[in-house]
This record gives sequence, structure tokens and C-alpha cells, in this order.
Amino acid sequence: MDPREPRLLGTQCRACGTYFFPAERTFCRNPACDEADLREVELSRTGKLWSYTSANYKPPAPFVAKEPFEPFAIAAVELEEEGITILGQVADGLGVEALEAGMPMELVLRELYQDDEHIYMTWNWKPMDGGGA
Amino acid sequence: MTKEVAVLGAGMHPWGKWGQSFIGYGVKAAQDALKDAGLRWQDIQLVAGGDTIRNGYPGYVAGATFAQALGWSGAKVSSSYGACATGAQAISVARAHILAGLCDVALVIGADAAPKGFFAPTGGHRPEDPDWLRFHVQGITNPTYFGLYARRRMDVYGATPRDFAAVKVKNAKHGVHNPNARYKKEVQIEDVLGSAVVADPLHLLDICATSDGAAALVLSSMDFARRHTTDPVKIAAVSTVTPVYPNTIIEMPNLSTDSSAGVGLPEIGFKESIAHGAYEEAGLGPEDMSLAEVYDLSTALELDWYEQIGLCAPGDAEKLLRDGDTTIGGRVPVNPSGGLASFGEAVPAQAIAQVCELTWQLRGQAEGRQVEGAKAGVTVNQGLFGHGSSVICTL
Ligand SMILES: [Zn+2]
Repeated sequence: MDPREPRLLGTQCRACGTYFFPAERTFCRNPACDEADLREVELSRTGKLWSYTSANYKPPAPFVAKEPFEPFAIAAVELEEEGITILGQVADGLGVEALEAGMPMELVLRELYQDDEHIYMTWNWKPMDGGGA
Repeated sequence: MTKEVAVLGAGMHPWGKWGQSFIGYGVKAAQDALKDAGLRWQDIQLVAGGDTIRNGYPGYVAGATFAQALGWSGAKVSSSYGACATGAQAISVARAHILAGLCDVALVIGADAAPKGFFAPTGGHRPEDPDWLRFHVQGITNPTYFGLYARRRMDVYGATPRDFAAVKVKNAKHGVHNPNARYKKEVQIEDVLGSAVVADPLHLLDICATSDGAAALVLSSMDFARRHTTDPVKIAAVSTVTPVYPNTIIEMPNLSTDSSAGVGLPEIGFKESIAHGAYEEAGLGPEDMSLAEVYDLSTALELDWYEQIGLCAPGDAEKLLRDGDTTIGGRVPVNPSGGLASFGEAVPAQAIAQVCELTWQLRGQAEGRQVEGAKAGVTVNQGLFGHGSSVICTL
């Protein structure tokens, strides 16, 4: 996977085509489908902004907050092909004033925290074309 | 066969931050409900507790905890949890026992002593738990979801922060007259808009606080009720529906929705289906309701509920509010109790408190906040992602 174009890994039911994120690996949750064969798939890395908000106060643990705490924006992005909406922080410290419902968004990576052995990453949503409204 | 059960008694412990055990609050509410019903604790055949998950082990077995505190009597017991819908789960258990003929009279109790600030998930490293995961990887709190829904109303229907603030103004005005409310003070639009933004576009005063409080109900069969009273308020329906797959609206505490790639959308959305289930069961419709108690975790959510319980068409909630239809004296007052805006949330007690308010309103005992001529009312609420909760009471 190209780190400049990261993708979330989900699963898809081989029988009915339903997607799952976070990945469902045991059984399909479509009530009309009894398939247990779910394959891992890369999800679309772009989507449409459904809605957005902000976190102006520091969330409690297990959130890993930078000190001092910087407020951040949160986006709910609809992936068209998968028919799934996924939440994530908005990248680069962009605030809600940079956002508008319906705008195209893309997935980027952000460091969550590190310990002696690993750097833990998470995903962010970023307005496409590097800008905002 | 009748599906009605009678509400013989209602009682509450005032909401607030009292710094005491939830057990004492619950006992006080239960004693008031028993007194209201004219019954003794020893007359109760089933005690149905609403669990609290923030008060240690006694909270997980709330039914037995309250029974022990009231004095072991040998009554049957149940303890239920369904997040914000916990109270409706307890009511549902009591009602099902009564309708099945397994008992004649039951006591339903929910009580909480709540922590300050954001609700946080249980500790440890638990990546399989969506409630833990959303905090850890994205810093998403409960107000995040309220903010997303509120912004959506602005983008789709042209709602404004002033509209949201007007919900708080209305509910605060109603709550002034409720002796059990925590906040009994009028609030102005400017107070709301001048308070700190917590989750854009929502301000501190748009979002409900967390409180201590307790509510209790004595429920009985109609036969039992006839021997004890005349014309009791009746519970005509209890809806505890789950969503129909796929639910493509983001729900607390999830990071993502179901997928619509393999299956088409259901005929009505989850939140619309909650009161719908109660209307179907009662054989009534929104036009028959004299009032509603809805779960205003945020001001904007109250507007969503207007549409989801059928008081108006999608997009018309702001107009309904502005026209005064949902204020006491209007066509269908919403949250005459003052709602969560005046109470703050005491999770396992809240759905029971909604039914206490309907009971007092239908009896004509809601002094200072009475909906004149109230004949039927509906409550609605939702426990996390999958517990529908709606109760219809009639005369
Ligand atoms: Zn399937």
C-alpha cells in the first residue's frame, strides 16, 4: 500500500457484497445472508462529507491527548461504493470553518502515539485539493 | 385480550448533585410511588430495577439492591440495562409479567449517582469494544454525535443555533415549575449562544448535564387496579424495537455505520421506527397525542424527535417550535417536565421519569406546568445504538 495513499482495511461478504468496518471476520450481519466467508478488502479512500463537528474540550482517557490540548474537528464521511459512513478527526488542525457538507474528503494518516517499540497510527479525513471551503 | 396495564403510583427523588448513594435515591422514589398507589412494599410481587453501570456491583443488580434496601420480602426480581433506554426495559419487564398473568402488581425503580463531565468508557485496553475504540483512536465523545446531528439539521433544513437555543429556552421555562427538576431558572437565547462551544454548533447550554436522581412506578393489571382505584392512567404501549438492517445513520458509540452495499435501506429509519412501534401497538397516532416527553440530550436532538415521532414532517420542526406548538399552551407541548435540559441525565431513571410526567399530566396533577385536557402522551428515547424506547400512556 502506498503510504501517501493509505486505505482502511475492512471486510466484504462474498455472498451479498456487504462491507464491514471495523472488519467483521466471523459472520455476515445482513439478516438475509448466512455467509461466513468474509474477505479482507481495502476501502475507498475518498468520500463525501455527511456532517462535521468539533471537540473543543479534551476527551477523557483512553484518548491520547497532545499537551497542551488543541481542539480538533471531526468529520463523518460517506463512502459511496461501500455505503458506509466513517468518523475521523480532520487533518492538519483544520477547524469547522474549513468544512461544508457534501465536500469531497480523502483519508490520510496521523501518528496516534509511540512507545519504545512502535509508532501507532490512526486515520484522519482531509478536504481534497489540499484546501477547504 | 387487553394489552393495557395501570399506573397506580409514580414517585421521584429530585434531580441534582446530592453526593449520596444511588440506593437511597431509589428507595425514596419507590416509597413515594407506593404512597401514591396506596400500597405497602409487602404488596409488591415483582421489583424491576434499572441498572446503573457507574456505581459498582450493586448497580449491576439494581433490582435486588433496591429490594434489599426496602427489606427482603420474597418478591420476584429483575434487573435490566439498556443505556438511556434502561428504564423502558424495566417497565417492559414489569408490564410483560403483568400481561402474562405472572404477577398482579410490580414496582419499577431506576436511580443513578452520576460522575461529572464527559461519560468515559470502562478502563483497560479493549480494542474490540467500539465504546473504547472511539475514544482511543479518534477522541470521539458523546457530544460529538450530538454535534454531527445538529450540523446536519443546519445543512439540510436551514436550522440555526438560535433555533437550538430556543429549545433550551422553552424547556427551561417549563422546568421552572417542576419540583423534581435540577435547574429551575429561566434561560435566554443569549445565555445559550454566549456559553462555550463544546461540539460545534452546540454550546454548553445546548447539551444536557449528568445528574443524580431516581424515578419509580407502581404498575398493575387492570383487574387489580379496579379494586384499588377509579380511572387510573394506563400504559397502552411499550416499544423496545431494534433497528432494521442496514442502519446507515451514525450512532453512538460507533465509528462507522452499517453498509448499504448489499441490502437496500429499510422503509423507515431506526429513530422513526421507535415511536412508530408504540403507535401501532396502541392503535393510536401522533395526532392523538396531547403531549410528548422526548430525550433532549441536546437541543437539536429534540427537533429531530419532533419529526421522528410524527409531530411534523421532516424539516418542519423549527417551524413547529417557533410557532409555539410545542410550548405549554400550544398544540402538542413537548417536554412539559422541562426535559433533560432542566433535569440533566440520570441514565437508568430517565425513561421512568418520562412516564411519571405523563402520569401526572394525564391525572391533571402537573401543577404550574399542566397541559390542559391531556388525554394521551408519548415518550421516546434511545439506548446507545440499538435500544428503542417509547411508551404511550392514555386515560
Ligand atoms: Zn452477506
